Amino acid sequence: MSESPDVPDAPRPTLDTVAVATQDPGREQPWADLGLKADEYAEIREILGRRPTSSELAMYSVMWSEHCSYKSTKVHLKQFSEIPQETPVGKMLAGIGENAGVIDVGQGYAVTFKVESHNHPSFVEPYQGAATGIGGIVRDILAMGARPVAVMDPLRFGPLDEPDTHRVLPGIVAGVGGYGNCLGLPNIGGEAVFDETYLGNPLVNALCVGVLRHEDLHLAKASGVGNQVILYGARTGGDGIGGVSVLASETFDADGPAKRPSVQVGDPFMEKLLIECTLEIFAAGLVAGIQDLGGAGLSCATSELASAGDGGMHVELDRVPLRDSTLAPEEILMSESQERMMAVVEPADVEAFLAICAKWDVEAVVIGEVTDGERLIIDWHGQTVVDVPPRSVAHDGPTYNRPFARPSWQDALQADGAEKLARPATGDELRETVVRLAASPNLCDKSWITDQFDRYVLGNTVLAQPSDSGMIRIDEETNLGVAVSTDCNGRFAKLDPYAGAQLALAESYRNVATGGAKPLAISDCLNFGSPEDPDVMWQFAEACRGLKDGCLELGIPVTGGNVSLYNQTGETAILPTPVVAVLGVIEDVTKRTPTGFQAAGEAVFLLGETREELSGSEWASVVHGHLGGKPPVVDLAAEKALAELLAAGVGLLTSAHDLADGGLAQALVESALRHDVGVSVELAGDAFVGLFAESAGRVVVTVAAADGAALEALAAGHGVRATLLGTTGGDALEVAGQFTLPIAEVREAWSATLPAALA
Amino acid sequence: MKVGVVTFPGSLDDADARRAVRHAGHEAVALWHGDHDLKGVDAILLPGGFSYGDYLRCGAIARFAPVMTEVVDAAKGGMPVLGICNGFQILCESHLLPGALIRNDHRKFGCLDQKLVIESNRTAWTNQYEVGQEITIVLKNGEGSFVADEMTLDMLEAEGQVVARYVGNPNGSQRAIAGISNAAGNVVGLMPHPEHAIEDLVGPGTDGLGFFTSLGALTV
Repeated sequence: MSESPDVPDAPRPTLDTVAVATQDPGREQPWADLGLKADEYAEIREILGRRPTSSELAMYSVMWSEHCSYKSTKVHLKQFSEIPQETPVGKMLAGIGENAGVIDVGQGYAVTFKVESHNHPSFVEPYQGAATGIGGIVRDILAMGARPVAVMDPLRFGPLDEPDTHRVLPGIVAGVGGYGNCLGLPNIGGEAVFDETYLGNPLVNALCVGVLRHEDLHLAKASGVGNQVILYGARTGGDGIGGVSVLASETFDADGPAKRPSVQVGDPFMEKLLIECTLEIFAAGLVAGIQDLGGAGLSCATSELASAGDGGMHVELDRVPLRDSTLAPEEILMSESQERMMAVVEPADVEAFLAICAKWDVEAVVIGEVTDGERLIIDWHGQTVVDVPPRSVAHDGPTYNRPFARPSWQDALQADGAEKLARPATGDELRETVVRLAASPNLCDKSWITDQFDRYVLGNTVLAQPSDSGMIRIDEETNLGVAVSTDCNGRFAKLDPYAGAQLALAESYRNVATGGAKPLAISDCLNFGSPEDPDVMWQFAEACRGLKDGCLELGIPVTGGNVSLYNQTGETAILPTPVVAVLGVIEDVTKRTPTGFQAAGEAVFLLGETREELSGSEWASVVHGHLGGKPPVVDLAAEKALAELLAAGVGLLTSAHDLADGGLAQALVESALRHDVGVSVELAGDAFVGLFAESAGRVVVTVAAADGAALEALAAGHGVRATLLGTTGGDALEVAGQFTLPIAEVREAWSATLPAALA
Repeated sequence: MKVGVVTFPGSLDDADARRAVRHAGHEAVALWHGDHDLKGVDAILLPGGFSYGDYLRCGAIARFAPVMTEVVDAAKGGMPVLGICNGFQILCESHLLPGALIRNDHRKFGCLDQKLVIESNRTAWTNQYEVGQEITIVLKNGEGSFVADEMTLDMLEAEGQVVARYVGNPNGSQRAIAGISNAAGNVVGLMPHPEHAIEDLVGPGTDGLGFFTSLGALTV
């Protein structure tokens, strides 16, 4: 803001420097408006031995927000560190606490993956909220030294027939596509789930996978006194100021203030340049440390880099290139402008670094250097506005032991099982139920959504939606590949968050195994309601405990993840939604097992046990609008045996498809629809239970007619029950003695739902 | 043959195009938008993507890239040039091909396995196909609807410059046109992506390979 000197009475904003803060200790500060609690403000004063400057207050407030500090959840998250930090094939190369975990997948390759939320911004401004969600997770992966190679997006929406879903869904889908497509990253899967609890609070989770050579791993730390700190990428503007603390830590209120200006605006073209430029910089060996700028922008990047390093850092904030020259230092520190990165570079490499940036038309400026002190010092036009111990900002934020207790209603909910609900009795009623479920929003054809995403770019997509997992080739010579799946059934998690989290883990694990890959590790995105509600906090604690126990039993680590709280509208929290992403490796992608029936005349088997488990099922929800009872039994030993069987069956199995929402009925429908190959099955026992129960640990597979005995022997060897269901062929789904449903009829119902609702 | 693939800032399918060129037995040469240098290539491919972000009309900025001076001269001199998707848009903006590509009629980005009918095999890039042959390759774009005035459309039809047509019309293209050539047949613009249909493993089959094996098979 330029003030004309010849207007003597114009108010001149005074800069709140460290010197001013020392001389004027009693100044009133808006700590409460910035989301800090009284004791947190007092703690900041104690750390600094004085009141914070306004710039310091901005930094602490944003870094100590729920979103950045995990203050409500870290007491629960720390148990993930108790899981051995190794995968079934080797040690983790980087774990929890880095931008993303990195795991060894063999042949000198490592893979990094992470899933994050961008829920609240996507409700306020669906397109930009979703777009910048993709942008943020991609930069996290890039910051590890990896080339981003694929994205996935687990999404949750309100009911399909609600008007606001018609505002939110098309915008979110267009945003995911608009950003990801423009980056040239294939979108290889995800989820789209509808439930009334997400109406005022949709979930946009975004996952990115990156690939690197072991030797290319980069960590976010500022080391080496004299090393230069370079900010590069987009200019810093006023977008997203306070986005993290204002948006992510408050619940939506019907008559709250307008929050649109806090949502960041993305520029995928700039991000594409940033990716190519950064990879070229990595290849030239010019980086000593690197960090992306995401939530909390420069506050986060400077304090985290300095905190993780072995010295201090000095930054001249006025060197930051601005899009809006009127921004104050506090705003520059809090700005969440997208497409920015910060690198620590040895002085001798600065020129080469800047040259690569210039080649890609990416603006880059040296804004500071690593110092031998232990302070993060930030100057504004020569005056010090920040002088803090960086660890106190980045890593030693507050920790809450929030009260949690099993909700008073949990027992009644669990007692209200779906097993007692009225069931279809005749073959015709079963047939009608199959069609009705296939056409329901959660089970219908999602291509209206997924066709807006480029799944082919980069030329390595082996499997993509609607397959059980996304699979990509990472080496064209050896055909080494990785598979990823994301899953969560929030209804199961509501019925029992411990079991629900394990069921999400089991389903994701199984989906990766179904394609023939070996599950190695997980990342999670834990979406819950308000941590100030002891019921919600109990759900969170139970889900974490479930995940930890589950990972221990399966022998796979948690590589990292993200927590999103305050997902609720008024008093109504979302279904607890611990989304679990499992990544697996496959030695030869040409041998993967495809999803869906491939040819007529093949034997169809069901692997696993079916129980009378209908509570929380899609059938109970769609037909009866019912949610109650206990979720399906979790048997992780059986899941492990099944996964090993699926890996051993590569080459023998001609197709495989996981059973999940909608049970066997939906799995058969989807398998038949994939290539228009019908199927005839005979169900022993209660046909309704056989078709619609959602017991975990099951997969429907096909083998050549002559290979039935071989499969049975293999299954017996792994202790997995294999039940012969029937034979592929024809143009209908036929259940002996019950009904015949033409594929064309179910296809019409299945594919019409989304286009009709969203036209 | 040496086939140059131009990388503009925002090009996305450039590595895929180079892979397709290699699969067809040619040598792929990376060309840079900022260089006035074709590095002695025998043919040029402008790949898909969002050159310069395409925040203006698609391809409108790329046509002014330094390398395009040489590309336009080479095209006019008869060198085979294929523009795929964004490359097709750039060829139109450069006036090497008539018409323009506008927003899909359904107003969304669409990624589909798309059937095409080859309408002309008298080009440098389609001579390995039969006229009337149906192929399936990948279509993925937001602005793929081909438009031109009636006179131009009639001329393209009469002169055999319609190279491929959609089966069905996924984006509202006039006369379902998916690709066209110049009069000489050395310059072809194609909205769908043949480079994503060269391996069964990672695409909808291998129907796209013919565009690349056509190179050098026939002197146009």
